[in-house]
Parts: sequence; structure tokens; C-alpha cells
Amino acid sequence: MANLSVNIGAMSLKNPVMTASGTFGYGLEFADFIDLNELGGFIVKGTTLNPREGNDYPRMAETAGGMLNCVGLQNKGVDYFCEKIYPQLEGLDTNVLVNVSGSTPEDYAECAARIDALPGIPAIELNISCPNVKNGGMAFGVTCEGAAAVVKAVRQAYHKTLIVKLSPNVTNIADIARAVEAEGADSVSLINTLMGMSIDIERRRSRLSIGTGGLSGPCVKPVALRMVWQVAKAVNIPVVGLGGIMNATDAIEFLMAGATAIEIGTANFIDPAITVKVVRGINEWLDAHGCKDVHEIIGALEV
Amino acid sequence: MNMKKYALDLIVAAVETPREGYVLLRLTHDETLPEMLPGQFVEVQVRGSETTFLRRPISINYVDRVNNELWLLVHVVGEGTRAMASLKAGDTLNCVFPLGNGFTVPAGTGKKVLLVGGGVGTAPLLYHGETLRAAGHCPVFLLGGRTEADLMQLEHFRRYGEVLLTTEDGSVGTKGFVTHHPVWEEQQFDLVATCGPKPMMVAVARMAKAKGTECEVSLENLMACGLGACLCCVEKTHEGNVCVCKDGPVFNINQLTWQI
Ligand SMILES: Cc1cc2nc3c(=O)[nH]c(=O)nc-3n(C[C@H](O)[C@H](O)[C@H](O)COP(=O)(O)OP(=O)(O)OC[C@H]3O[C@@H](n4cnc5c(N)ncnc54)[C@H](O)[C@@H]3O)c2cc1C
Ligand SMILES: Cc1cc2nc3c(=O)[nH]c(=O)nc-3n(C[C@H](O)[C@H](O)[C@H](O)COP(=O)(O)O)c2cc1C
Ligand code: FES
Repeated sequence: MANLSVNIGAMSLKNPVMTASGTFGYGLEFADFIDLNELGGFIVKGTTLNPREGNDYPRMAETAGGMLNCVGLQNKGVDYFCEKIYPQLEGLDTNVLVNVSGSTPEDYAECAARIDALPGIPAIELNISCPNVKNGGMAFGVTCEGAAAVVKAVRQAYHKTLIVKLSPNVTNIADIARAVEAEGADSVSLINTLMGMSIDIERRRSRLSIGTGGLSGPCVKPVALRMVWQVAKAVNIPVVGLGGIMNATDAIEFLMAGATAIEIGTANFIDPAITVKVVRGINEWLDAHGCKDVHEIIGALEV
Repeated sequence: MNMKKYALDLIVAAVETPREGYVLLRLTHDETLPEMLPGQFVEVQVRGSETTFLRRPISINYVDRVNNELWLLVHVVGEGTRAMASLKAGDTLNCVFPLGNGFTVPAGTGKKVLLVGGGVGTAPLLYHGETLRAAGHCPVFLLGGRTEADLMQLEHFRRYGEVLLTTEDGSVGTKGFVTHHPVWEEQQFDLVATCGPKPMMVAVARMAKAKGTECEVSLENLMACGLGACLCCVEKTHEGNVCVCKDGPVFNINQLTWQI
């Protein structure tokens, strides 16, 4: 049994496996299939200051090796999370993170401040990369100035570990990563979904209510891996890698590319117990290769 | 209702072809199958194709407790359902279940319940009919199709109650849609439950409303997780968007914003 524990900012994880926001509900939906305490952490669904209804149905289209979604941050608001959901998660022996979204830097900061007050939440993941909402979301994540403005506002209001989730829908993701690092982000996670489309040719209509959606699943993995590798070289803060991870081999690829931890998203829909299988798989691989510590493979890519 | 969910490799005990283009999968397991409610569904994993990446939601057609079998009645419409149709006895099929809420089984006994199904939407009504009958109620089945070849499992339905048929071409039963059947005029029901194409369910809900009868509909929105985790499958209700996979697939028509 190798040592699997890693640190992201002030947060320590018993292993590098977390779940991706929007794909794991509030975690409780998966409690029949896995012991949540076996995870390094999990990130609950995108939360905003005020409740949001999200986009109209249809919100999903299957594609080769993946799916498009345009959920659009449906959630009942941060106060609902604090009052109704948080008490159910408080006793868990794992890291519970909240994915925070907003329309203005002030919204983001206010939402983050309310979560700062919850002792059982060690970190937030700031979503400046949602492609499915009109105001805010990805609009901030596609320019260095926009990204920096949100992180600056949140950094003043939020005192625990701050992870900033980056959009892949940019020309140079490393520049954005450096911009958020400069404003005090403790870590960056990437990638959010890639903006895409799917057309029903009989109806001559998009399969998604708002026309476009975010692509996820194994089809995005090569792009995600490349971006993680580029960003890990560009910043000095830990990188959390995600995008299309389906098994332990995929997870180890991200670790070797420079990710300190990983998140599993769409794969939870195919196998609701995949997360704990990936934890075990990483451990077995390390043992089989004589590695005593997961850090021996983080950034171990030889070029 | 929060029932424990399982992800199990079920074994294909038998594959039947009740009609051209349909397949009945009889699945079993080494251990006793878990508790399931009528109207709940299974998320089936289809292996071997990149375009059937996500699981496919299929209703629980019937639970045979004597033989420890779970039945799925599948209409072959695309690659995923075609893969299900090519399964052979002895194959395994990974299933996440039981999912969703299920139909209402009324309190007390002796309630008259009209179960209206169209096409493969008849599938969940078989298990629902058995459950109602076992609880001492009186289910009546009103099953509709385009033609006689769309109507299946009639001998099974007849074990639990009267079976009434309609076909659009008049090849069997009353000619027309399910809402054209004289039973609506001839009998009074305590509850109507329906599953099938949306236009049919809308028409049934209108008919039930005109008669002042409560009506439950079972929806088939596109799903990704089936667990209430992704919010892809939402339906508008008077309380906002809710997940069909978790808060449904069965809804009382009064919850929905459908124009009826
Ligand atoms: C709760 C629920 C219960 C269901 N129960 C049954 C059942 O008992 N038997 C059965 O045969 N089918 C059932 N369905 C529908 C079934 O899930 C789809 O037909 C199936 O996923 C199609 O997969 P495919 O790969 O064969 O087709 P695809 O290639 O994915 O699609 C082929 C065609 O089927 C349509 N389709 C795809 N998914 C759905 C869907 N969810 N609902 C309606 N149409 C769809 C597509 O629009 C397309 O036109 C149910 C759906 C839900 C949500
Ligand atoms: C249905 C769905 C909903 C999502 N919702 C969110 C969200 O609320 N916030 C967020 O930051 N990312 C969201 N994402 C993006 C995922 O967290 C993740 O970045 C992306 O899916 C890539 O990882 P994967 O390929 O492992 O799924 C969502 C993805 C999906 C598929
Ligand atoms: S399919 Fe994911 S919430 Fe219903």
C-alpha cells in the first residue's frame, strides 16, 4: 500500500481522487454504491448566490465517446445548500468542496463568503468556465482580466483553499492559469467542458435547448491532458486534472502530466462505483511498480 | 421513497421476441433480486459501441419472484436497443436499479384503476397491474397500438384484469386511439395511470380530467445519470424543474405544466 495522500493548498486529501461538479449531485446520490469516505474529496454541484432554474429541456445529447450538456447551473442557491444539504454532509470523513458560480465578481464573493462560514467545507472550486449560462460563467474565464477580477473579489471574501476551474475554450489556457495564480488562487482545476453542438438532421434543430452545450467524457481526454501538462509547467500552484477520466490508467496519465489530484465526472454515469475503483487501481499500479508514494509519479512525464 | 439502489451484473436467462422489432429480456441473478416498485426503471449498460456510451433507461416490465427474474420489454429503435436485442442467454448485463418513484398503489382495497398504455409504454403496466391486483384492487388495461402487431403480452395482462384494446387500423379491438374506447363512457375509475407517447398521455390526461378522475403519467425524458445527480432529465412542474429520473418518472398530471 503506497502513500496516496496529497495536499491542495491547506487541504489534505487521503488520496488524489475527487469527483467533478455537476456529475455527482450532492454526493448522497452515490452513497448506495460507494463509501463516500473512501474518496479524497467530492465537489458538489454548481452553487450560486440566488436560486437558478437552469436551461430548458432538452439539456443533454449523447455523442461518440461522450455527451453534451446545457444544464445551465440549476441549483437552489447557497442558502439552501448551507441549511438543507450541509448538515447531511458534515459528518463525512472526506473533503466536501462546493463549486461556486455567479454573474458578477460581487455575487461570486458573496456566495463564497457564506461557504467560508461552514467549518466542514475546506475548499471551494470557483467555476469561471461554465459554457451554458449567458452572464458570467465562461465569460470571466476566457480573458485574463475577467478571470483575475473574479479571483481578486473572491480572495478577499474567502479564506480557505481556493481552487479556480479553468475553461478549455481559450487560445492559451496557461496565460489564464498564471493570471489567477497571481491573484492568490491556491490551485487550478481543468478542464471544464468544451463547447460543442449536435444537430438532429430530421428536425434541422440542435439537440440542445440553447443550441450549444459542453462536451465531456472520454472524447475530451487528449485535449484535457495536453492542457493539464501545459498549465502544470506554467504555474507553481498544484493542478487538479480532469476531463474524460474513465479508469485508473487515465487518472495516472493526468498525474504524470503534472496533476496533483484528479476529478472524475461523466464516468460516474456509466459506473456509479468508478471513483473507488480508480482509487484502488492507482494504489495497485503504484504497488506493482514499486512506488512508495503517489508523488513519485506526479509530473513524472519524461519528454 | 428512498429505496436502496444496486449496480449488478444480471444474467440473461432468456431472450424472447414477442413481436418483430421488440425483445423481452428475462434477467436473473444468483441472489434474490432486490425489492422493486411498479413504474420504476433500470439503467442498462450497453457495451461495445462508442455511440452507446451512456446507459439506457428501461422500465421494469415484470418481476417474476418465483423464478427470480426481472423482465425488460425493449423496443428496438437505435444502436443501444439493438445491442440489447442481440444478447444471448448466459450473457451478463450490468444494470443500475431500481430507479425512480413508481406508480401509486392506492390505500385500501377494491379501487378501480384504468391502466392506459401505448406502444412499448405498456411495459411498466404489467408489473403495476400485478401489484394492484395483489393489493386487492381491480385493474383494467386499455392498450393501444397502430396495428395488432404492436400489442404484446396480452395473456400476461389478462391474469390481472380485463384487457381492452384499440388499434389505429382497426385490426383488433376498437378502431382509433385509446381515448376513443367506449370504456371511458361505460365505467367510472378511481385512478388512471398511463405510459406511452406524449400526445397519447396528454389525450388520456384530458379525458381523465373531463371525468374528474386523478391521473398519473410516466415520462421518458432523455437521461444521463438516472440518479438525480446531473439534472439533465428535468421536467417543468409547478414547483420548478424537477428530475424525471428521481422525482419521477411518474407524476400526477396536476404537478406538471402540460396544457390539458
Ligand atoms: C424512464 C424511462 C423508461 C423507459 N422504458 C422503456 C421500455 O420499457 N422499453 C423501451 O423500449 N424503451 C424505454 N424507454 C426509452 C429508451 O430508453 C430509449 O428508446 C433508448 O434509450 C434508445 O436507445 P438506442 O441506443 O436504441 O437509441 P438511440 O440511438 O439513442 O435513439 C434512437 C431513437 O430513440 C429516441 N430515444 C432515445 N432515447 C429516448 C428516450 N429516453 N425516450 C424516448 N425516445 C428516445 C431518439 O430520439 C431516437 O429517435 C424508456 C425511457 C425512459 C426515460
Ligand atoms: C451534466 C454535467 C453538469 C456539469 N455541471 C458543472 C457545474 O455545475 N460546474 C462545473 O464547474 N462543472 C460542471 N460540469 C463539468 C464537469 O465538472 C467536468 O469539468 C467536465 O464534465 C469534464 O470532466 P469529465 O469528462 O470527467 O466529465 C458538468 C458536466 C456535466 C456532464
Ligand atoms: S438523468 Fe441525471 S438527474 Fe436525471
